[in-house]
Amino acid sequence: MLKITGLTKVFNPGTINEKIALDQVDLHLRPGDFVSVIGGNGAGKSTLLNCVAGVYRQEAGSILLDGQRLDRLPEHKRAKHLGRVFQDPLMGTAADMEIQENLALAARRGGFRGLSWGVTASEKAEFHTRLAALGLGLEERMSVKVRLLSGGQRQALTLLMAILKTPKLLLLDEHTAALDPKTARAVLALSDRFISDLGLTCMMVTHNMRDAIAYGNRLIMMSQGRIILDVNGEDKRQLTVEQLIHLFSSRSGEQVNNDRMLLG
Amino acid sequence: MEQILLGAVSLGLLWSIMTLGVYISYRILDVADLSVEGSITLGAAICAGMITAGGNPVLALLIAFIGGMGAGLVTGLLHTKLGIPALLSGILTMIALYSVNLRVMGVSNVSLLRMPTVYTLIGELLGTSKTVSIMIAGSLVAFALVFILYWFFGTEIGSAIRATGNNPHMVRAQGINTDTAIILGLMLANGLVALSGGLIAQSQNYADVQMGVGSIVIGLASLIIGEVLFGRHGFKSRLLSMVFGAITYRIIIALVLRLGMPADDLKLFTAITVALALSLPRFSAYLDTIKASLKGGRRHA
Repeated sequence: MLKITGLTKVFNPGTINEKIALDQVDLHLRPGDFVSVIGGNGAGKSTLLNCVAGVYRQEAGSILLDGQRLDRLPEHKRAKHLGRVFQDPLMGTAADMEIQENLALAARRGGFRGLSWGVTASEKAEFHTRLAALGLGLEERMSVKVRLLSGGQRQALTLLMAILKTPKLLLLDEHTAALDPKTARAVLALSDRFISDLGLTCMMVTHNMRDAIAYGNRLIMMSQGRIILDVNGEDKRQLTVEQLIHLFSSRSGEQVNNDRMLLG
Repeated sequence: MEQILLGAVSLGLLWSIMTLGVYISYRILDVADLSVEGSITLGAAICAGMITAGGNPVLALLIAFIGGMGAGLVTGLLHTKLGIPALLSGILTMIALYSVNLRVMGVSNVSLLRMPTVYTLIGELLGTSKTVSIMIAGSLVAFALVFILYWFFGTEIGSAIRATGNNPHMVRAQGINTDTAIILGLMLANGLVALSGGLIAQSQNYADVQMGVGSIVIGLASLIIGEVLFGRHGFKSRLLSMVFGAITYRIIIALVLRLGMPADDLKLFTAITVALALSLPRFSAYLDTIKASLKGGRRHA
């Protein structure tokens, strides 16, 4: 369903700060794939997601979604097919707008926006049910400004917004990294529930090897802009953190020097 | 004195429409848009040009609004499509409008004395004095606009514009073209400012190519007064506070002039007021720090 071919992204080309963030990446996702993407800092994980989302334009290569050239569309047009949650809990919501207004914006993703009322009564009823399912009590605070929510609440809301209109592809960019461990586990479990309930195809970037092993049916490891490991199915289920560390150093020629990758 | 206050209120009502425009660009879109200095004059120039040519004063206001929207479109395109910083885009449009306004008026100052204006029309219809006619027209337009803006920013497009000023990343991720949202917002803002300029020109019976100078600061002063003194709870009360802010600003100005401040110092006075108001958060943070350190010092002593 997602077909990435020869994707290359260079930052600051032709300058002393030139950095090849993605180096001829090929990746093919099957419908329903839940891929966790791991790798050290600067490996290109987030850049890969941002290239798919349209935040960056690639220097070479192509991105196809269900046969359509995604990489030729601007970011806001790609949004029709994509649900996105960001690392920064502040990034996914409009802080000065109400919870229900944020949800209403998300409910119209990829659709027409005209002069009809921004939040309809029937939508409010639906949002109430959807928020209640999060179990955070947000359904009683629908007209509260998002600014007043905690990071975990905002991230759960962003997640709900990302799947409110079922996306073809869900992009989770280290979406639990900024949360405390307990909240991170809750948000991760919620993501997993949404993905399996709706049968979503998902790419989840994480620093955390344990999460990468525990979630998803497939795991790819990146280093220096390349995919150096791609396991799925039974092989992935058998993986351990020790094996991953070993694979990382043998395939990338680097040592794991990132505490978050080890300890998470 | 009563006459002065009535004059201040009626002028404030006309300027409140401009303040609503500044509120859209400065608060909703989070863009400091200087093109309003040109578009307020553009509205005045269009009205003066049309009325001296025998046009209908009400139609002239409509054309002024459309003209202002055109100015906002230019600023928006410069900013979003050509990537020029918002502040500079506004300055470019403002400078360009100076020439455009001279073209529209033909000369730098056009008199509308003894010509029909919306206020003479109301006066003929209701037999009211000019000040009362201005108050009727001003409050009619201002409160109708508050109502319309409240509706508009509750619609799908309006929500998209509000969200764009709040968090453009999120807005793009939700499939909204932030460029379009910014352009639409700037068009609406400048349209209102030009409408206000047209109403002002008709009330003072002339249009002058210099009349926009410093208007952004007047708009900001009214905006801040409105926010500080009047409701900040809910969108409707915030829109209404813009109207009352503009009126309060005019009353303050009338009073300080009455107290003997030379009219030439007015812009300096306004600028200082706005600078103080905008720096208030800094000052209060600074005061808090001093207070805290004083307390701490005492405890250790």
